[in-house]
Amino acid sequence: MNREDFEILRNGIIYFDNGATTLKPKCVRDAIIKYYDEYSANAHRGDYKISSIVDSLYEETREKVKNLIGAKESSEIVFTSGTTNSMNMIVFGFFKNYLKKDDEVLITLSEHAANIIPWFILQKEIGIKVKYIDLDDNYEVSIKNFEKAISDKTRVVSLAHITNVVGDERPIREISKIAHNNNILVVVDAAQSIAHKKIDVQNDDIDFLAFSGHKMYGPTGIGVLYGKFDLLDKMTPINYGGGMNAMFTKDGYVELREIPTRLEGGTPNIEGVLGLNAAISFIEDIGLDVINTYEKKLRNYLINELSKLDFIELYNKNVNSNIVVFNIKGVFAQDTAIYLDKYNICVRAGNHCAKILDSIFKVGNTVRISLSFYNSKEEVDLLINVLKNSENIWKEII
Amino acid sequence: MDKDIKRSIILDNYQNPNKKKTSGDDYIKINTRNVSCIDNLDIYLKVKNGIVEDATFEGEACVISISSTNILINLIVGKNKNEAINIIDNYLKMINEEDYDKDLLKELNVFDDTGRQPSRIKCATLSACGIRDFLSKDNH
Repeated sequence: MNREDFEILRNGIIYFDNGATTLKPKCVRDAIIKYYDEYSANAHRGDYKISSIVDSLYEETREKVKNLIGAKESSEIVFTSGTTNSMNMIVFGFFKNYLKKDDEVLITLSEHAANIIPWFILQKEIGIKVKYIDLDDNYEVSIKNFEKAISDKTRVVSLAHITNVVGDERPIREISKIAHNNNILVVVDAAQSIAHKKIDVQNDDIDFLAFSGHKMYGPTGIGVLYGKFDLLDKMTPINYGGGMNAMFTKDGYVELREIPTRLEGGTPNIEGVLGLNAAISFIEDIGLDVINTYEKKLRNYLINELSKLDFIELYNKNVNSNIVVFNIKGVFAQDTAIYLDKYNICVRAGNHCAKILDSIFKVGNTVRISLSFYNSKEEVDLLINVLKNSENIWKEII
Repeated sequence: MDKDIKRSIILDNYQNPNKKKTSGDDYIKINTRNVSCIDNLDIYLKVKNGIVEDATFEGEACVISISSTNILINLIVGKNKNEAINIIDNYLKMINEEDYDKDLLKELNVFDDTGRQPSRIKCATLSACGIRDFLSKDNH
């Protein structure tokens, strides 16, 4: 679907690593070039025409993000450098002040490093406790296990909407309902889901949300932090300097601007924001529901074909996602990836930044295929053929 | 060396590595986790009076990493530290496609074209660098 929008697909690559980053359509590239060729000014700075164009496109993007995730106000949208930056702002800009010693944070073993390490560091800094919600047999979070993990010290639950290893989707709406009934705040890492599944921060009652532009067909270096207005308003900025101050005097008096500007100190990543603007339009033109249906269908086809190969170990067959995790029996994941690369098939080998998952996954490293709408049945067929010939793997990679 | 012979030596050291096992407390354990790929090996070294008396390794890694570790370990056991470091330095030169002493490297010569695959350089040098670091600082 929409393959013609991706110049890079002319190179003959089969790109199955969409969980790492997605390819960029021509409209995103064009938006960035247009910024540099036609109105390459700073945002919120100048009283001249090209600066106003940048200003309005910059704020238009905020409005588009607001609509994409169903936020109430565009002031609840902060541009960051990516999910990691957003998560660190959430943890160190908000929760460092909000949480007290012995307060508990609930995460799981299948979270991305960006949703684990900041909490670990906060644990060391102020003495909070990081606790894990048990995963069920399919590595999923059940409501039962979530409820079981809650104690009277639990103050926040921080989960990926869709995980980057297994690809399971969490029941965010039900989780946030239970969480809020227990005075627990809800943080959602939407890095893996934003380009594949609709999320609605109001309907799902999410307190903080983080995602990246580059995993939704946009540029690298741009991301989003959403926070409910009253919570975001309490967030301490990480960056002080230009753009975020209202005034300051020589005796040290500093007055900061309103949110979200207060949280976007320094010249922002304007080309990133404008590229994200184009990416959102691109996704919305196709439709997230259409994307989701297509990817699920393709994933089922891939699972079905892989299941026929007795030398393939499949790890997440029963999970409803766009991710497939497998190994060729007896072959190290990286060797499989290098073998597939000989046929221009790009896959990820490793632990996928979820380094603590191996304690329940029983395998340290896997090959991961993460699908996008531009992947096709023909590409899956080619992959299966290459895998069928993998008895020659050593001859091909050594 | 013929490509098929090279491949069979590499594969043999990958599939039947005689030095792949953990060792006891009288060995020094070095972890050579590679940040740019996913190889993760522990090397066990026993160095006494300046001689590498024995070495083994354990862990999960790709064919190039395991095979090169096994061959290298077999080559340096019994050598004194300077000899072992010299072998490693020549091996690293080979991987980096610089001039090196071919005779010194024995079976390690099977990796003489590994340097041409950028994604494999880390795999091929992971253990060598870890062992070299240890030997150059060690006072045993």
